[in-house]
Amino acid sequence: MSETSKVSVKGLPDMAEESYDTGFLEDAEKCVVLAHGGGGQLTHDLIDRHILPRLGNKQLNPLDDSAVLPPSINGMVFTTDAFVVQPLEFPGGDIGRLAVCGTVNDLAVMGATPKALSLAVVVEEGLELACFDRILDSIAHTADEAGVPIVTGDTKVVERRGGDGMLITTAGVGELKAGVNLSLSSIRAGDKVIVTGILAEHGLTIMSVRSGIEFDSNLRSDCAPLNNLVDSMLEASKGIRFMRDPTRCGLAGVLADIAEETGLGVRLHESALPISPLVRHTSELLGLDPLTVANEGKCVVVVAADQADALLNACKNHPLGKNAAIVGEVIEAEPPLVELQTVIGGARIVQRPYGEELPRIC
Amino acid sequence: MCLAVPGKVIEIRDQEGTVDFQGSRLEVSLLMTPDVKVGGWVLVHAGYAINELDEEEARQTWSYLREAGLVEEALPNGGEADEPGGRLK
Amino acid sequence: MNREAVDQLVAGISETAALLKRSIKIMEVCGTHTVSLFRSGVKSLLPQNVEMLSGPGCPVCVTSQGYIDAACDLAVREGVVVCTYGDMVRVPGKGGSLESRRARGANVQVVYSVRDALKMASDNPKRKYVFLAIGFETTAPATAAAVMEADRLGLKNFFVMTAHKLVVPAMELLLAAGEVPIDGFLCPGHVSVVIGADAYLPVVERYHKPCVVAGFEPRTMLEGIACLLHQIAAGECKLENVYSVAVEGQGNTIARRLLQEVFVTAPARWRAMGELPASGQVLADKYARFDALNHFGLSIEADYDPPGCLCGDVIQGKSHPDQCHHFGRRCTPMRPIGPCMVSSEGTCAAWYKYNR
Repeated sequence: MSETSKVSVKGLPDMAEESYDTGFLEDAEKCVVLAHGGGGQLTHDLIDRHILPRLGNKQLNPLDDSAVLPPSINGMVFTTDAFVVQPLEFPGGDIGRLAVCGTVNDLAVMGATPKALSLAVVVEEGLELACFDRILDSIAHTADEAGVPIVTGDTKVVERRGGDGMLITTAGVGELKAGVNLSLSSIRAGDKVIVTGILAEHGLTIMSVRSGIEFDSNLRSDCAPLNNLVDSMLEASKGIRFMRDPTRCGLAGVLADIAEETGLGVRLHESALPISPLVRHTSELLGLDPLTVANEGKCVVVVAADQADALLNACKNHPLGKNAAIVGEVIEAEPPLVELQTVIGGARIVQRPYGEELPRIC
Repeated sequence: MCLAVPGKVIEIRDQEGTVDFQGSRLEVSLLMTPDVKVGGWVLVHAGYAINELDEEEARQTWSYLREAGLVEEALPNGGEADEPGGRLK
Repeated sequence: MNREAVDQLVAGISETAALLKRSIKIMEVCGTHTVSLFRSGVKSLLPQNVEMLSGPGCPVCVTSQGYIDAACDLAVREGVVVCTYGDMVRVPGKGGSLESRRARGANVQVVYSVRDALKMASDNPKRKYVFLAIGFETTAPATAAAVMEADRLGLKNFFVMTAHKLVVPAMELLLAAGEVPIDGFLCPGHVSVVIGADAYLPVVERYHKPCVVAGFEPRTMLEGIACLLHQIAAGECKLENVYSVAVEGQGNTIARRLLQEVFVTAPARWRAMGELPASGQVLADKYARFDALNHFGLSIEADYDPPGCLCGDVIQGKSHPDQCHHFGRRCTPMRPIGPCMVSSEGTCAAWYKYNR
C-alpha cells in the first residue's frame, strides 16, 4: 500500500502530502525521536529516507549484519556497532559484554571467523571508576570467552549530559569461512527456521531494571558470544542458508527482514516457540509480545528442510543451544507475510513492531 | 488494554504483598484483597490486586501456569544456575 | 491447553452460526478483547457470518487530543514530571505526542503503576508529578487508592489528570443512539472484576441485548461467543458470566467503594465522539487539590476531527477499519490519523497488525 499515492475522492478534501499538517504527524518528521532507535519501522524509515540516500553503496545497501569486502581484500568481513543500553549493568551482563558479543555475533552469523575487535568508549564525566573497572573486566572476560582479541581502541570523556554514563562503539573484522555462503537470497520455500534457544530474555531483563518499571526477577540477559555455536552448526550442516541474531525487534524483526527481502512468507508455529514460563508470564504482565523482544545470545537459522533435524541436534548438544527448536518454515505466499499458527489452531500475522516497545497494560 | 495477570502471594506486610509470577516478583497493593493469605492467588492490574483467585481454577484458566511440582527443564533463565561462558555476574 | 475443548467450542460456534444463517454482530466492548481475539487466533476461527465489532473500550484510543495537548503542556514546564502508562506516549494531540515532546526535552516518565509515580513524588518533594489517569473501571480504583494515599501522606507535589471513563454508560449511549444492529455484547472481563457482572443487567433488561462476561484467554473468549450465539439462536436475552474465576455478581466491593469515595460521575470527552453525559469520572471536591488541571490552571480544548476519518464510526461499531478510506494508506500505525490507529490496541491498529 503506497503511502505517497494521491487519490482524489469526491467529497473528501484534497490531502496533498505537504498541506496536510494539522499537527497530527509525529515530530518524527522533524527530529529524531527515541523510537527511531528501536529497530522497528521507524528505524527502517530513518535508514531508507535519510541514511541510504546519502551513504548508500553496493556494500552498504544490503544492510547485512557485516559487510563482505571486495575480493581484493580476500574474503574479509567487517562490521561496526554502537551500544547505548541503560542501565549500564543488568542481570546477566553489562554494556561491555553486550558490545563484545554484539560485534562477534554480527561477524559469526555471516559465516565469518571473528579475528579482531576495536572498541571506542565515550564516558560521561561523573561515572564511578568502580563501575568503569567492572565493565572493563567484563569486556576482557567476554573477549577471552569468545577467543577474539580487542586490538585497538579509544577513550573519550564528555561533560555530564543525559546521564547515560557510557556509550561504546565497536568494529570487528572476520574471515569468511571457506565454502560458506550465507545470504537471504539463498533462502528457498520449504526451508526450516530454527531458533537456538529461549526468546525474549534480554529485552525483558532490561525492562525489569528500567526506571519507573523496575521489578525483582529471576530474568537474566542471555547475552553471549555465539561464534563457537555457529562453528558447530556450520560443521554439522552444509545446508544452512542464512543466519541472523534477533536483537532489537526480536524474532519478528528477523522474519520480517526475510519476508521483505526474499518475497517469500514464513509460517511460524506458536506451540514450537521456545518460551519459558518466566518469559511468558513476565511478557503477559507487561503486555509485551515475546516475538518482538530483543535477544542477545540467540540465533535465527534458515536451513534446508532435509538438514533441519541434524542441525537441531548439533545445536542442542552445545551449551548455548540447549533449548533450540524448529519453529517454522519458509513458504510461498502472496503477499509475503509472516504468519503465526496459534496454539488453538487459529492464525494471525506477525509484524515488525513500530519502535520502542513499552509496557501496555491499561 | 485492561491487562490483569494471575500471581501467587509469597509475602504480606500490612496491605502490601509480594506476588510471584513464575520468577518475576512485583510489590503489589493488597488494599482490594484484604483477606488473601500467603500462598493465595490474586489477579494483578497496574500494581494492585483486584481480586482473589482460586489456585486450581486459575491453573485451569490460564494455560501458561505450570502445575506445582513440575520439574523445570534445564532453562538457563529459570534460576541461579551457572550459565555457560562463566560471565562475571 | 485443552485443545479438544477448544475444538469443540469452535465446532459448536460454527454449527450455531450456520443454523442462524444471517450475519450476527457481536460487540466486544473492550480493547483488550479486540487484541486478544486477534492475537490468539480466535478471530481467524470464527465463521464468516459472525462479525466481531469493536466497541469504545480502548481507553487510550478514546482519550481526546485536548487531553494530550494539556499533558504535553505540563511536560515542558520547569520542575514538572508527567508520569504515564506506556500506552499513552504515542497518542497524538494537535501539537504532537508525549513521545515527540520528550524528544524535544519534555519530562515524560513511563511507569508501570500509579504507585511508581506516588513513590517518585514522595522521594522528590522539589518536583511536581502529574499522573495521567486513564482507563476504565479496571484502572480507576488504582488511581483512587493512590489519591487517598497521597492525602494520607500529605503530599503537595502529586497530581492526577483524570480521564477515567465508564463502560456501561458508554454501552447504553451507543444503544440509545440506536444505529447499530448489535446482537449481543462480549463484556470486558477485568472491568467486570471491579463493577461486577450484574452491572450489565440494565443493558439486558432495558435494551434486550444478551451480555456475556468473558476473560481474555482463548478458551474463555470462545465460551463467551458460544454462549452469545446460543442465546441468539434460542431467542433468549440474559446475562451470563464465563469468567467466574475472577468475576462475581457484585464485583469487588472495596474497589467500588474506593471509586465512590474519590470520584464523581461527570460528562466526559471521548475522542471522535465528542462529550458524552455521565460517562467519565472526575475527582470529588474533597480531593480537588490533587487535580492537575485545577492546580496548574489548565483547561482541555476541543478536538479537531480530521476529514475522512471514520474512527467515530469504528469505535461505535458502525464500520470496520478497512471501510475507512485512509486505512492502510494515509493512516498507518506509523502515521496514525485517528484514535483507532493510535494505540496498537486500537481496532484499526489491531487490524493492520494482525489481519492483512
